[in-house]
Amino acid sequence: MTDTALFTYCMRLADDSAILSQRLGEWCGHASHLEEDIALTNIALDLIGHARELYTYAGQIEGKGRDEDALCFHRVEREFNNLLLVEQPNDDFAYAIMRQFLFSAFMHPFWEAMMNSKDEQLAGLAAKAEKEATYHLRHSAEWVIRLGDGTEESHNRINNALEFLWMYTGEMFECDEVVSSLVAKEVAIDPMSIKHLWDETVNTVLVRANLERPTESWMQTGGRKGEHSEHLGHILSPMQYLQRSFPQAQW
Amino acid sequence: MYTQALNNPAVEAGVEDEEKLAAFQARIDREEKIEPNDWMPAAYRKTLVRQISQHAHSEVVGMLPEGNWVTRAPSLKRKAILLAKIQDEGGHGLYLYSAAETLGVSREELVDQLLTGKAKYSSIFNYPTLNWADVGAVGWLVDGAAIMNQIPLCRCSFGPYSRAMIRICKEESFHQRQGYDLLVAMMKGTAEQQEMVQDAVNRLWWPALMMFGPSDKDSKHSADSMKWKIKRFTNDELRQKFVDATVPQAKVLGISLPDPDLKLNEETGHWEHGEPDWDEFYNTIKGNGICNKQRMKDRIKAHEDGAWVREAAQAYAAKQAAKKSAA
Repeated sequence: MTDTALFTYCMRLADDSAILSQRLGEWCGHASHLEEDIALTNIALDLIGHARELYTYAGQIEGKGRDEDALCFHRVEREFNNLLLVEQPNDDFAYAIMRQFLFSAFMHPFWEAMMNSKDEQLAGLAAKAEKEATYHLRHSAEWVIRLGDGTEESHNRINNALEFLWMYTGEMFECDEVVSSLVAKEVAIDPMSIKHLWDETVNTVLVRANLERPTESWMQTGGRKGEHSEHLGHILSPMQYLQRSFPQAQW
Repeated sequence: MYTQALNNPAVEAGVEDEEKLAAFQARIDREEKIEPNDWMPAAYRKTLVRQISQHAHSEVVGMLPEGNWVTRAPSLKRKAILLAKIQDEGGHGLYLYSAAETLGVSREELVDQLLTGKAKYSSIFNYPTLNWADVGAVGWLVDGAAIMNQIPLCRCSFGPYSRAMIRICKEESFHQRQGYDLLVAMMKGTAEQQEMVQDAVNRLWWPALMMFGPSDKDSKHSADSMKWKIKRFTNDELRQKFVDATVPQAKVLGISLPDPDLKLNEETGHWEHGEPDWDEFYNTIKGNGICNKQRMKDRIKAHEDGAWVREAAQAYAAKQAAKKSAA
C-alpha cells in the first residue's frame, strides 16, 4: 500500500528544492560579480540534487512509475506543494539573499535533525544535505550582514526584503496531519522542535546586520495545500515547456 | 570558453634593450615558462593582456547564450549539467582575469573595457540559441573548436596562462562530451528532436569555423605570437584540425553538415571544406551580429544592477578593517 503521508512529505521537500533552484538559476550569468554568479549556481545545483533524490524516492513510494521528471514537469500549479517563500521573485539581490537566508536558517537544523529519521532514504539524504545547507546558510548570512551593515542603499534594500518576506516564514513551522503522522513514526520531525534554533540564527544575524526583526504579524499559508501566489505559474511555464510540448520525447 | 584570433591594432614596438630581448627569446626557445615577475618585452605583455582578457570576456559573455536555456532545460539532470557547465565558464573567466592581473592590469579595468566596447570577445556568442539542441551544439561544436584552439595554449610560454589553460581544457573536454551526449540522446528520439539537432548544427557550423579567426592570408599579427610561442598553430591549421575531427562525429550522429564543398582528400587525409562567409564574420566582429547589442546590454545591466552590491561589500569590508585597527 502506498504510504500517502510519506509520498506527500517527500513531494513537499522536493518541490521546495526544485522551485528555489529554478529561482536561483535565473541569476545564472546575471549576478553582480562572477564570484556570486558561481555561488548562486552552486546552491541551485545542490538543491536540484535534493529535488532529484526526493522526487525519485517519492515516485518509488507511489509505485505508479512516475520518475523525477514526470513529477517535476508534469504537474500543474495546484499540485505543487512548495513553501510560498521559495517561489517569491528575485526582485533584486537582497530579496534573493534574504529568501535564501530565511530558508537555509530553517533547512540547516532541519536536515541535521532528519539525520535521525527512521526512514533510511531520508536519513541518508539528510546527511548529505546538512553539509550543503551549512554552506548555504553561511553564504546567505554573511551577505545579509554585509548588506545590512554596508551602505545606506544596501541596508534599505535588505530591510525591504526582510519586511516583505517575513510573512512567508510561518509556513515552515506548520505541522498538519501529514507531518504529525510521520513524526509519530519518527520519520519526520516536528518543525516547531527546531523553531528555537531558527530564531537564534535569525536573531543573531539580524543584530549583526543592524536589522530589526519584524514584529510578529499575519503569516501567509497555502503552499503545502497547493494554494500559491501568482508567481508559481510563471515559474512552471518556462520550466515545463519542453516536456509539455513534446510529451513523448526523452532528453 | 574561448579565445579568438581577432585582428587588432598592431602593438606599437617600443625600444627594448637588445641584450634583454635576446635573452628573453632564448628562454622562449628553450621552452622555459615566463613568469609575471620576469623581464618581458612590452609588446609581449600587451599581446598577452589583450589575448587573455579577450578570452576571459568570451567566457563571461559565453554564459549568456547557454544561460538562455537554464530555466527551460527539459529534465532535472540536463538542467544540473547545464548549470554546472555555465558555472565552469564563470570559473574560467575568473582564472583568466587573475592570469591577466599578474601582468599588471586590474579586473575592473578589463571589465570596463568589455562594457565600453573597447575589448572584443569571441564572435560566436553573438549568435542566438534558438532551440534546446543549440545547448548540445554549443558544447559539441563551440567547445570543440575552443579545445582545438586551447590545447596548444597549455604550452603557451607565459606560465599563468599556460597553467590556467591546462585546467580549463580538462573542463572543456567534459563540456564537449556532454554536448555530444545531449545531441545523441535527441537523435535517438522523435523526428521533432532530430529536426532540432539538424537545425542547430545548420546554424552553428559556420560560426564555429569562424571561431579560429580570419584565414591565414588575412591574419595580421600571427608572427610575433608564433615567435613568442603564445600561438603555435595558424588559424587555418587549427580550423583544419577541427574539421577533420568533427566530420566523422557528425556521421556517427547521423546529421549532415551545411557545406556542399566538404569532401575527403584521399591523398592528404584531410577534409576539404568551403570558405566561411567572411563578410558575416567581420560584420559580427564590428558589432552587427544578431545578438551583439543584446549581449552587451545584458552584461551592462548585470554590472549596473550589481553596483550597489559591490559597493556594500566594500563599505562593509572597510568598516570591519576600521574596527580591527581601532581594537
